[in-house]
Amino acid sequence: MLKILALISIITLSAFAAGDASFEATKRELNIPAIIMFFAFIVFTLGLTVWAARKTKSASDFYTAGGGITGFQNGLAIAGDYMSAAAFLGVSGLIYLKGYDGVIYAVSFLVGWPIILFFMAEKLRNLGKFTFADIAAYRLAQKEIRTLAAFGTISVVVLYLIAQMVGAGKLIQVLFGMEYEFAVILVGVMMIIYVTFGGMLATTWVQIIKACLLLTGVSFMAIMVLYAFDFSFESLAVKAVENHTAGESILAPGGFISDPISAISLGMALMLGTAGLPHVLMRFFTVGNAKEARKSVVYATGFVGYFWVIITIVGFGAIAFLNSADGAQYFVDGKLFGGNNMASIHLSHMLGGNAFLGFISAVAFATILAVVSGLTLAGASAISHDIYSNVINTNATDEQVVKISRITVVIVGVVGVTLGIAFEEQNIAYMVGLAFGIAASANFPILFLSIYWRGLTTRGAFLGGLCGLLTAVTLVIVGPIVWVSILGNEEALFPYKHPALFSVTTAFIAIWFFSKTDNSQRGKDEKERFRAQNVRANTGIGADGAVSH
Amino acid sequence: MKEELVDRIESNPKYQELVSKRNSFGIKLGIFVLVMFYTFILTIAFNKEVLATKVGDGLTTIAFPIALAILVISFITTLIYVKRANGEFEDLTNEIKDDVKDLL
Repeated sequence: MLKILALISIITLSAFAAGDASFEATKRELNIPAIIMFFAFIVFTLGLTVWAARKTKSASDFYTAGGGITGFQNGLAIAGDYMSAAAFLGVSGLIYLKGYDGVIYAVSFLVGWPIILFFMAEKLRNLGKFTFADIAAYRLAQKEIRTLAAFGTISVVVLYLIAQMVGAGKLIQVLFGMEYEFAVILVGVMMIIYVTFGGMLATTWVQIIKACLLLTGVSFMAIMVLYAFDFSFESLAVKAVENHTAGESILAPGGFISDPISAISLGMALMLGTAGLPHVLMRFFTVGNAKEARKSVVYATGFVGYFWVIITIVGFGAIAFLNSADGAQYFVDGKLFGGNNMASIHLSHMLGGNAFLGFISAVAFATILAVVSGLTLAGASAISHDIYSNVINTNATDEQVVKISRITVVIVGVVGVTLGIAFEEQNIAYMVGLAFGIAASANFPILFLSIYWRGLTTRGAFLGGLCGLLTAVTLVIVGPIVWVSILGNEEALFPYKHPALFSVTTAFIAIWFFSKTDNSQRGKDEKERFRAQNVRANTGIGADGAVSH
Repeated sequence: MKEELVDRIESNPKYQELVSKRNSFGIKLGIFVLVMFYTFILTIAFNKEVLATKVGDGLTTIAFPIALAILVISFITTLIYVKRANGEFEDLTNEIKDDVKDLL
């Protein structure tokens, strides 16, 4: 462990040294408080990982922190997963750029939570063990369902991971003047260490600490903004309108969501996608019982809802402050330094100087690190638990499974870093929307129907789920973003940016059709087994509880 | 899970009460949240000028209090659900578990 710490310091220091050359070009001075806080966070969380590594012995410890997380802690961790870099930097940047249209995103990101609570949370806890495939494959054929679920998980994880990696690279590049490639590699190495040594326990605690720091930091920013306007939102709005080129239109929905189909489709992706995100779903297995699982959603909804309120204030604050005479120092050639996603970062400097910028930077870095760790763990669980121990080697011991997951973490880390570097120029917010769209089309329908519909069979879940996944991916490729903007064709074959409305519908209809027409003996047996599953889902009798650990 | 245990639980009136009460409660709250959210989304899609209406004499539009209300109400519905689920429904679940203690 000490050797690794030393290695990290060397890599980091050399990266900073390498970054010195580019400082000239960016005309930024070295921000000492920011770097001190940044290192303080790294040292502290690595210490935490050492502690967690000592406590992580079994596979259950590794994947679910031994099931001993409380509802409050889990609520913070779920909120932490949700308040990713794309949420913090992306949505505040979107509000800075478009005004109220950014707020629509924020609202849509929250309403998935009550739905998860009413229909999914306690059933997930009662039926699952390590991954959401445990539930989907509860009474169906392990091989087919777990393979498909692992496929869906990996697709979502990789897309989400690329988005976070690109965000991380850009952030560190702007803050420390470090080369983009070094920044992405640094994040990758840190992530691999947290997850391989500390497992779910370290990942959860890093997430909890980060959620507290993020909420504190952004609250402070929102209060400072409001303080400048005597705590009157109206005064803030007036100043923002005055400073924005679009004028009064920033205070109402604009052209960002133009046609009805796109609006409904995006709303559907953001809402149902939440219930299909593998790294969020696995958090329901870290609590002791259904009661704690429910509580964690209430806390998560509260924290995330509060977060969107303060992010809205920060976003409008950024318009009011940065687009003024004093804010001119943050612009290079008429553009915000580092892009619009850096709006809240520059605002923190304007409000609280270098020290506060340092704090917010460390928090933003922590945010990325915590989210990529959770994502990587979800990917590793899918490979080691679903594919390895349930399909390839059903007699695998605990040690073998944990070993395979650690190897997977390293592979996922390397893939993430490589793609993060390759996708440097891609739009972060869109990639996250895409990850939600695929989660809503591939993971959610199978999960939902396996819990609620007796008639679901392996054939229906496998073929239908595949239809959902393929429809989502195909519509994205022939849609306006990839087909026109990236591939350079004249006109998109599919006119809408967000395919969820069509792909989710396809998935549900296909699953229904292929289950209904399944007259096999296996299908009949699977319908028979629904009774026992339903009793366990409703009561938690027979569920893996904290007791068994 | 043993066949006998499943039969015993399924025929327990408390189990039937739990499932029907919880399902109808969840569905009602779920529909409420969905209607609220899709009214908002469809207003943006079809008639967004409505949301540009000003609050009083200032520049602030009604779009802001509406967004805030959706966030707050979403949170309150989760509170309402959990209060009942962790009280009444949890008690019922424990009673059912007690009734089949001999088979566990």
